[in-house]
Amino acid sequence: MAGFLERILGPRVPPDEANAGRVRYLIPTALFVVAAVLLVTSIFLPYWRLTLNAPQYPKGLTIHAYLNRLEGDVSEIDGLNHYIGMRPLGEAAQFERSISIVGVAAVSLLILAAVVVHTRWVVLLTLPALLFPAVFLLDLQFWMANFGRNLDPTAPLSSSVKPFVPPVLFEGKIAQFSTWAMPESGLWLALAASVLIAAGLYFHRRAYKPLVDAQQGTA
Amino acid sequence: MKPALKRTLMIGLLALLLAGLIAGCNRGRRDETPEPVSAEGDLPANALQIAAERGLTPDDINAALKTFMPSGQWDEYLMFASGGHSGNMMVIGIPSMRILKHIAVFTPEAWQGYGFGARDIEEMLDAGNVNGVKIRMGDTHHPALSETEGDYDGQYVFINDKASARVAVIDLRDFETKQIVKDPNIISNHGSTFVTPNTEYVVQGAQYATPLGWEYAPIEEYEEKYRGLITLWKFNRETGRIVPEESFSIEAPPYWQDLCDAGKLVSDGWAFCNSFNTEMATGGIEDGNPPIEAGASQRDMDYLHIFNWQRAEAAVKAGKAEMINGMAVLRMPVAVEEGVLYLAPEPKSPHGADVTPDGKYIVVSGKLDPHVTIYAFDKIEQAIAGGNWELDPFGVPVLNYDAVKHAQIELGLGPLHSIFDDQGFGYTSLFLDSAVAKWKVGDEDPESWQMVEKLPVQYNIGHLTAAEGDTVSPDGKYVVVLNKWSVDRFAPVGPLLPQNIQLVDISDGNFKVIYDMAMGIGEPHNAQIIKTDKINAWTAYPEVGWDPIKQEKSEYATLPGEERIERNGNTVEIFMTSVRSHFTPERVRVKKGDHVIWHITNIETAHDATHGFQLGGHNISLSLEPGETVTFELDVSNDGTYAYYCTEFCSALHLEMMGYLLVEP
Repeated sequence: MAGFLERILGPRVPPDEANAGRVRYLIPTALFVVAAVLLVTSIFLPYWRLTLNAPQYPKGLTIHAYLNRLEGDVSEIDGLNHYIGMRPLGEAAQFERSISIVGVAAVSLLILAAVVVHTRWVVLLTLPALLFPAVFLLDLQFWMANFGRNLDPTAPLSSSVKPFVPPVLFEGKIAQFSTWAMPESGLWLALAASVLIAAGLYFHRRAYKPLVDAQQGTA
Repeated sequence: MKPALKRTLMIGLLALLLAGLIAGCNRGRRDETPEPVSAEGDLPANALQIAAERGLTPDDINAALKTFMPSGQWDEYLMFASGGHSGNMMVIGIPSMRILKHIAVFTPEAWQGYGFGARDIEEMLDAGNVNGVKIRMGDTHHPALSETEGDYDGQYVFINDKASARVAVIDLRDFETKQIVKDPNIISNHGSTFVTPNTEYVVQGAQYATPLGWEYAPIEEYEEKYRGLITLWKFNRETGRIVPEESFSIEAPPYWQDLCDAGKLVSDGWAFCNSFNTEMATGGIEDGNPPIEAGASQRDMDYLHIFNWQRAEAAVKAGKAEMINGMAVLRMPVAVEEGVLYLAPEPKSPHGADVTPDGKYIVVSGKLDPHVTIYAFDKIEQAIAGGNWELDPFGVPVLNYDAVKHAQIELGLGPLHSIFDDQGFGYTSLFLDSAVAKWKVGDEDPESWQMVEKLPVQYNIGHLTAAEGDTVSPDGKYVVVLNKWSVDRFAPVGPLLPQNIQLVDISDGNFKVIYDMAMGIGEPHNAQIIKTDKINAWTAYPEVGWDPIKQEKSEYATLPGEERIERNGNTVEIFMTSVRSHFTPERVRVKKGDHVIWHITNIETAHDATHGFQLGGHNISLSLEPGETVTFELDVSNDGTYAYYCTEFCSALHLEMMGYLLVEP
């Protein structure tokens, strides 16, 4: 068991080596820690917004998607959606939203754990965070397609608005509304965290691969 | 390794920059707006042709340019104008002169759901009933915006009903009437409303004298039993209500106390009301007596009433008032004893008493005398301190006219009211001349008060108002004249004509009429003009389930899913919601003879998502603004099938927004 753990954690940095190349070992650690902090911060920020513009809404209608909730003109948009037979937005992604906070916190902890792992196992630990923005957008796209395609055929406007898939980013058009979807600060932070992790993995390899190779050589 | 680090950081930075750019570029995704005309003048090629074809003069073009309001732009000022004997109030944008709102006050208005079933509104209107007689009309004259330190604060507006001596409070968060109070001791109150500088009180002059206590007394006993009355309605800004229990009246001789103005700055604590009919004429043409119009115009002088409301308030708090019909009244001898009430002669049947913005002078317009007479507040104080007075037949001190009169300016025939600008000018309406006189507001030197020029207006001007023109800091720019006759100004619409409301440009030495507005829904007597940005009106009620009268969440608020019909004996209570485009429930089944209590909550929160509600055959009309909860009650005495429906075209499925009231035999 101890041996297994040791294999995963990999070689420790020799003290004289650590002093000589402090920056070399500090860079991946710093990048991972900052990435974890960014990801945790993003929990409190909106991830995505959708703005609907139509003549009778001069200020537009906007919803902000947080990891665990929707804010903004949700009830107004739900009210309008009932004309085309779309389900209330609150019914979307209920499972994802219920685990999102704990999930992102756990993913952030995995990044922190990666700091002490000096082998290629580090990739496995950071992969969830690295892919998180993409997963978020894919899940969003899944739910938008699910909602847009499953319209109540008995809704008043079902003859003029056919099932559709609204784009998860940028411009779209539904009835008299033009829609504009964009990532918001939370998703940008998560994306930045991904970039930092990618950079961290690069520097991690540069720093620790020689040590791992050396260890395997001696072994 | 160093170069590699740099490269990665650069890539990271670029990624973030790109992200920022993408995030930023979607902010202004709107249609491009056309460029305004530049100073060099790139007018459309056909501008002159249009002007020539329409026969427009250069002044007309100037006027059009100053008043046209491009689509979607807001007026700089809002004018609150009385609606005269429509009993209501108008809100008009300036300079466009567009009517923005008709506020129901004393008279029911079906489209606002005012006085057609809504229970809270019926109760409020009933508070203005007189001796059990249901009063559903009024004659509004003088709106007064609430003030803080002598300047409009945009929170409330008050207005009187001359016909039944009532005062209403309108809350400017939702522009709706919240309270009506009736003065129990008089039957007319033309001389209101005017507020003290911090809206401590709403000042009211009674005009037509009635027996003290408002009871019957033979007209032959006019001098002994009839009395004038000045009332100070206490206003509580926090609750947004007049507090009758803390209000009081001051008994005055049976002269007809009329328009008032509160002192400000140096004269704060005092108020001034003019009067007419100090002759105490009571008419009787049919008995061979001179008509009132002649009898009340015999003397050369009437009396400016000068009273100290702070001393009056102290005397009332000290228990020196008498309770008459539930209202504290400071009797005349007490008022004199306490130094509350003084009179000063004023030339002939005057109309307006207006305090200058610095509070130092009171300008009285002669009406039947061609002058405005200016009284200096410091001279009034000296005359009072020096005991420079004689007593009138009722024992009220009449200050020496020459001691308090400061200056006189001869303006023309029929001066009625005065208002002020920010450049040191006063403007006085001249009813008989159909003109506005512009004059210089002078100083200690009586000769410095000088006539400047006159502007003809069309026709028979009554009041006039100016942008914040009766506050401590007038804005200038605009004067609005409220003409009584329009005669030939508009296309004919039968023998009952609209009033002609004219906008006058007074900016930068201009003095020209730049707009004629036909007011076809009531006679605006007086108006006040406030800067639009001083008003913070709600776009929807703060919470779904709002009671606009109490200005708090209603106990009958019904949220989605809580809709229900409850039967308790013969009483049926309905909890309904409205949202685009349905009422819930849509079928209401009751039995003939039931008493129905019907609550509707408009659960909308969107700007302008108002629903209406009318129930055919039952005289019920409601307006459900976003978030509002309204209750009405109904005795269903006829069986049958009735439809209720939304009266505001709320959505594409508005016509489908209906339901059936099924009254079973």
